[in-house]
Amino acid sequence: MKITFEHRQSAHCENGVISNLLYHNGMKLSEPMAFGIGSGLFFVYLPFLKVNFAPGFSYRPMPGRIFRRLAERLGIRVRHQRFSSPAKARTTLDEKLRQGIPVGLQVGVYHLTYFPDEYRFHFNAHNLVVYGKEGDEYLISDPVMDYTTRLTEAELDRVRFAKGALPPKGHLYYIEQVPARIDLETAIKKGIRQTCNDMLAPVPIVGVRAMKWVARNIRKWPSSIGIKQTNHYLGQLVRMQEEIGTGGGGFRFIYAAFLQEAGALLNNDALIHRSNEMTAIGDSWREFALEISRIYKNRKSGPDIYEGLSNRLYGLAEREEAFFRQLKKDL
Amino acid sequence: MKINEVPQDEGSLAKKNVKELCYAVDDQGRYTTVPSKGWEAKSLVLAESLELIEERVAATKDAVRRGEVSPLAYYMEFHRMDVPLLASYAGIHRWCVKRHFHPRRFQKLRTKTLQRYADVFGITIDQLVAPFAAEQS
Repeated sequence: MKITFEHRQSAHCENGVISNLLYHNGMKLSEPMAFGIGSGLFFVYLPFLKVNFAPGFSYRPMPGRIFRRLAERLGIRVRHQRFSSPAKARTTLDEKLRQGIPVGLQVGVYHLTYFPDEYRFHFNAHNLVVYGKEGDEYLISDPVMDYTTRLTEAELDRVRFAKGALPPKGHLYYIEQVPARIDLETAIKKGIRQTCNDMLAPVPIVGVRAMKWVARNIRKWPSSIGIKQTNHYLGQLVRMQEEIGTGGGGFRFIYAAFLQEAGALLNNDALIHRSNEMTAIGDSWREFALEISRIYKNRKSGPDIYEGLSNRLYGLAEREEAFFRQLKKDL
Repeated sequence: MKINEVPQDEGSLAKKNVKELCYAVDDQGRYTTVPSKGWEAKSLVLAESLELIEERVAATKDAVRRGEVSPLAYYMEFHRMDVPLLASYAGIHRWCVKRHFHPRRFQKLRTKTLQRYADVFGITIDQLVAPFAAEQS
């Protein structure tokens, strides 16, 4: 069986799945809108948690958060299910498909056969939509791909029951009900307010304070852990920022797109102004990434380089701090 | 980022004919999406990370050849795993997994245990116990 489902590519998997599922249910919400209302912009630094032999950095909240917040703010009823047995997970999925409901899945990336080898890490918070089944093959709409793909039953079982950090445990979700009327204005304001509060949070591992902490650490790393390890850590920072799915500049451009759309919708020129500012900040994030990649390219190193990078990141943090303070006032 | 600034450097994505979506502004400053083939800065960083993995795999391979660790360690590195991850995939406690890195203990393992590991890596038991047999012949 095959459900008529429009596959539209998106920058980030979670926003993309949300946006595509909502679209299927007759609700037009762009990817930036989903991202903004769900308060997707974030920064967290987990120096004690080692991912891939480097500390954990993330430019987004915990997987699944964006969708949950969005659903809450717009009054969409979403059903989530997790399973202990792969067989049960499969029958539930098949049943939903038979009922003509496209289903969102949380999966691990490592065993996704259609991904380029370079991107296959043990990362378990990827999202995709299953929109049908032909023979023993599932029809897959993966929002970061520009075309739809297929996976066999065994392959899908494997990615649904991937192990490691944040195991999906067969996690599936589908939309049960979309409200007839939605209050976008309140939802947008709530989303923006939460992002401002997150980014300005008074804890050291979240938001602009976390960026400042990383900036201070960049200065220390070369002497404490050596040049090679420092470069690897910086590489991790860039990979998290520019990995497929961020839309560039660590989600800054998606957020700027959201502010632009929101500004037009709420007739608030100040938001349009903030959008332009966010675009400029995103450009600076990209320059920061470029600067780090030059270390690899030219194989040059020296204390002044890391000093420069540290200052750059600190400057970015200060700019964002001012930005979010202003954004809160503009609302 | 303006539309014409969206990087189009052939990267690892281009090999699988995948393009990623970037957000960029047009001449009037309106946001739109632009497919990108890749970005050199990103490819360089990714290459570094892969190099690191390859180094680790090569080092473990040598250690297996010298008889310092069991082939299990090699397969773990090859599949970009660490001990806790391998332990949860195999359903064997991480302490035991670590013990199985010892070549002599590994040789004494029961077929049932070997099969579990082989299933995790999607290989046969023969391949598991003699990982480099194909290369040598």
